[in-house]
Amino acid sequence: MLKKVFFWIAVILIAVWFLTPIVMIFLAAFTPAEDYYNPHRIIPSHLTFEHLYKLLFLLDGWKSIIISVEVALIAIGLSFLIGLPAGYAMARYKFKGKRAINLTILLTRSIPLIVVAVPLIVIYMKVGLSDTVLGVALAHTAMILPFVVLITSSIFSGISVEYEEAGMVFGLTHFQSFVKITLPLALPGLAASAIYSFIMSWNEVFVASILTLTNRTLPAHILNTAMASPDYFKFAAGVMMAVPAMIFIFFTRKYLISMWGISLK
Amino acid sequence: MARVRIENLKKYFGEVKALDGITLEIEDGEFLVLLGPSGCGKTTLLRSVSGLESVTSGKIFFNDRDVTNLQPKDRNISMVFQSYAVWPHMKVRDNIGYPMKIKGHSKEEIEKRVKWAANMLNISELLDRYPSQLSGGQRQRVAVARAIVLNPAVLLMDEPLSNLDALLRVKMRSELKKLQEELGVTTIYVTHDQVEAMTMGDRIAVMNRGKLQQVGTASEIYHKPVNMFVAGFIGSPQMNFLRAKTVSDGAKTILKGHGVDIPISSDPGLEEVVVGIRPEHIGLGKGEVSFEATVFFIEKLMSSTIIHATLEDGKEIVSMIPGDHEFKNGEKVTMSFSTEKIHLFDPKTERRIET
Ligand SMILES: Nc1ncnc2c1ncn2[C@@H]1O[C@H](COP(=O)(O)OP(=O)(O)OP(=O)(O)O)[C@@H](O)[C@H]1O
Ligand SMILES: [Mg+2]
Repeated sequence: MLKKVFFWIAVILIAVWFLTPIVMIFLAAFTPAEDYYNPHRIIPSHLTFEHLYKLLFLLDGWKSIIISVEVALIAIGLSFLIGLPAGYAMARYKFKGKRAINLTILLTRSIPLIVVAVPLIVIYMKVGLSDTVLGVALAHTAMILPFVVLITSSIFSGISVEYEEAGMVFGLTHFQSFVKITLPLALPGLAASAIYSFIMSWNEVFVASILTLTNRTLPAHILNTAMASPDYFKFAAGVMMAVPAMIFIFFTRKYLISMWGISLK
Repeated sequence: MARVRIENLKKYFGEVKALDGITLEIEDGEFLVLLGPSGCGKTTLLRSVSGLESVTSGKIFFNDRDVTNLQPKDRNISMVFQSYAVWPHMKVRDNIGYPMKIKGHSKEEIEKRVKWAANMLNISELLDRYPSQLSGGQRQRVAVARAIVLNPAVLLMDEPLSNLDALLRVKMRSELKKLQEELGVTTIYVTHDQVEAMTMGDRIAVMNRGKLQQVGTASEIYHKPVNMFVAGFIGSPQMNFLRAKTVSDGAKTILKGHGVDIPISSDPGLEEVVVGIRPEHIGLGKGEVSFEATVFFIEKLMSSTIIHATLEDGKEIVSMIPGDHEFKNGEKVTMSFSTEKIHLFDPKTERRIET
């Protein structure tokens, strides 16, 4: 009984802890300007889409959302294209220098992007990648790739080689067996790491701000426009950041759970 | 169906000689058991035959076709893995039918064969379940059904029963053997359980340290082990080994060791020999070769009793007698065996000496 009470107290505390700021951001984002600055009002008299509308359509917010999605998708695509085979090799083969490679990959995770940002922009300007979607996507790929290699390698190590070998014995080539047997089994984990990669790219603001001027991703765009605006604009910007990520996670999460339902032992 | 011929096969993992020159021929339709202690190379040999492992040197033939460098999928083999490796993301039906689907058989044909295979293994009611909803024994049956659905040339099994409980193991042993006989498929079966080997194999290939020790029927291997390794490995409890000196007085030859005198008819031609005698061939009471021993430990299996005793010089000797008997520790007993039952080995080469 007492245990149950504590359990629910904990649940409520955690929920309040996480939800309060979100609720306040949402509230402020839809509060009319005059209510926002009225110290006697906490609950607004009515809700307005004005701030969001202005941010999205008058201040190019819409465009930067699209850029953000483009950047994230390209970065995820490239990271998985390179990272998946690398992770597979790390999981399934013994080779010289494996530990060194593993360590190097980990090491790159500990170097903040800030350190490489300035040399990067110099190089980008030389090769004509500055202020392009591809440029930001490549930088984000560099950020996501090590994560993808490490996480896919641990996913593949978790799937018995014998499943794949059984595929080969019963008529598949090694590659076919990977695609038809191992990949479906790895899918829940891969999807989860894709989501995480998406969030990493979506949230990344520093490099995106430095590498672009006109083609800004959403956080970079917000940093440079909304931050100079009144508070309710900032909150509206916060909503714009949070909502797509929330929707994305909400849908993929459902997919993930159903996937796990059948493929976990 | 195929005859399998393995010629001087070697497989090195760096310094480790997992297979060190294996030459072996398996008849069409034969059930061959690979038996040996852990790490002796059984799995490596099986995987080399399957093509999952590339070999360092040597050749493998199916009938007269050289398959040494073929991919597993081109060898027309099938395999039951130790972990079963039943694909978790497919229903039992799809697991069993998948090998046929890969090869492009028609839906009806797959349906028919899956039904047949499921029937053979008594798993018809399980076809619409996922592997996660099956017990270990059921999963094992699915793995076997998948392996036989396509009439493989060679069926490979790597300790398929080792994850089952004792009762189920005994049951599956006879079922697998019966199934193999019905199908007539050439089978290589890996185990380190000698009871499995004895009861299932047409022939047994005993391996140690990457080398083949002896290939023969259960009876040949039990009655005429070619060396001390095979003699010691086969049979439970293990064979007793007694060192003995050859004493010849013209007419007779006597082997003397540990206070036991064993008269033999023909001179082994060596000053010193190792005499092997199985525990089940040592009985109580006086006999052809009798000796006194002091009991220090007994194991009662009810159907039989295993007596651990010491000879007069402290050498340990084990006897197994039928029935349930009671002994006190320190009790003196008279034991005996018949000279017919002894095996002689050369202490240097550990090889059998024919008498
Ligand atoms: N991939 C590998 N890399 C290095 N050494 C290996 C590899 N596979 C097997 N070995 C070594 O080769 C030897 C034979 O191994 P194998 O797996 O064939 O033994 P086994 O007879 O099947 O043993 P068990 O009864 O324990 O399954 C062992 O010494 C093992 O350590
Ligand atoms: Mg093995």
